[in-house]
Amino acid sequence: MVGRVALFAASALSHVVRPPFYLREFGQALLHIGWLSLPVVGLTAVFTGGALALQIYSGGARFNAEAVVPQIVAIGMVRELGPVLVGLMIAARVTSSIAAEIATMKVTEQIDALVTLSTHPMKYLVAPRVLAGLLVVPLLVAVGDVIGIFGGYAVATGSLGFNPAAYLKNTVDFLETLDIVSSLAKGCAFGGIAALMGCYFGMHSGRGAQGVGRATKGSVEAAAVLILAANFLLTGAFFSL
Amino acid sequence: MITLSGVHKSFDGNAVLRGVDLRVESGTSMVIIGGSGTGKSVMLKCILGLVEPDAGTIELDGRDVHQGDRDAFLARFGMLFQGGALFDSLPVWQNVAFRLLRGPLKRPRDEARAIAVEKLRRVGLKPEVADKLPAELSGGMQKRVGLARAIAAEPEIIFFDEPTTGLDPIMAGVINDLIREIVTEMGATAMTITHDMSSVRAIADDVAMLHDGMIKWSGPVAKMDAAPDPFLQQFIHGRAEGPIEAVR
Repeated sequence: MVGRVALFAASALSHVVRPPFYLREFGQALLHIGWLSLPVVGLTAVFTGGALALQIYSGGARFNAEAVVPQIVAIGMVRELGPVLVGLMIAARVTSSIAAEIATMKVTEQIDALVTLSTHPMKYLVAPRVLAGLLVVPLLVAVGDVIGIFGGYAVATGSLGFNPAAYLKNTVDFLETLDIVSSLAKGCAFGGIAALMGCYFGMHSGRGAQGVGRATKGSVEAAAVLILAANFLLTGAFFSL
Repeated sequence: MITLSGVHKSFDGNAVLRGVDLRVESGTSMVIIGGSGTGKSVMLKCILGLVEPDAGTIELDGRDVHQGDRDAFLARFGMLFQGGALFDSLPVWQNVAFRLLRGPLKRPRDEARAIAVEKLRRVGLKPEVADKLPAELSGGMQKRVGLARAIAAEPEIIFFDEPTTGLDPIMAGVINDLIREIVTEMGATAMTITHDMSSVRAIADDVAMLHDGMIKWSGPVAKMDAAPDPFLQQFIHGRAEGPIEAVR
């Protein structure tokens, strides 16, 4: 299984850089993975940022550290929660959708039809989605980070008595370039994983409705686990230096 | 000319093709008949390279189909799939003109659309259908769109997998006439899978019967009725009694 996924990933990436390029399919994938995921990413981030502020405030109060809310919300959202939650949301929303779509195409012979029409399924179906995942999920993570920090800001200034200007200054002063770079790098990795898993399970789907269901379920499980594992490895790589 | 020699194919230990030998002359219409699940579609997919045979050779004009330029090979073919296999996300005209919108046969968009509308008309569909999505069409209409797509780039060889299944008798007659016309006028080679004996008589120059993974009988359609093969006779007359078991 690991070997097959690795070979599939290598093949997908090789098709990303070799012509022909299907720009229309790439544009649609950008729209589907990026733009249409914004509402769910935004809502997830804003509630998580708000809850994080409440937790840090109440937890910090035990040792008189309530003042660190802006810093911990910022670092928590940018380094961990932003990328991971966006990655998991993309796995739920996009991976499942890609797997179901491609699996349905497989069981209804649409992929065979593509081949007979001299169109390589890896180029037409997989490469545009993987490239879109790699490029657009970091942007979603950036948006999620900002909205998450805003959620914390709104809760902290609205109900916990923080000064708005001081909150923003503490946030900006505390974040480092490495925090932002790690966040975007994680977004890139998670986007690639989410799109690849959807494509892999879709292309290897079994027959009938049950095959589509299994492919969809398997893709989300695999994407979620791989995203969390990759998050651990990337966190280690960036911050255990 | 398409030649299959000793083609075997198994799926998970289930032998579907057990040594198929068949020759289809250029410019002729070969119809493959046989019960459900006897491997007819698998045979066509083996020829196209969608399924790799376990053993045997398949040649097109004397050259192994699994060697050489794959794009050039596939450009010679058109195929109508059993369920239409239309791309759900594309409107009908873009399905029909798929090959004309990308790749070496790419044409200007307006020209590709005009060709698509003309092909749709040829299979009995109005121009209004062109902008609909496949999901908005009936099963029979989807089949006809699939047929229009198969002939859109005017290929040399066309495979039809159950072209009249799901169509009313009038439309089935239209499709049978169209297939005959394509073979006669375009000089295309056709291989058709069907269970419909009226289609067989309308379309075929030659008939081959596939049973138990092998060709049981093949010959000109004119000799089919007089052939002594009991498998063939049971099938073409639709008899429940005979060497072919009803429960397979």
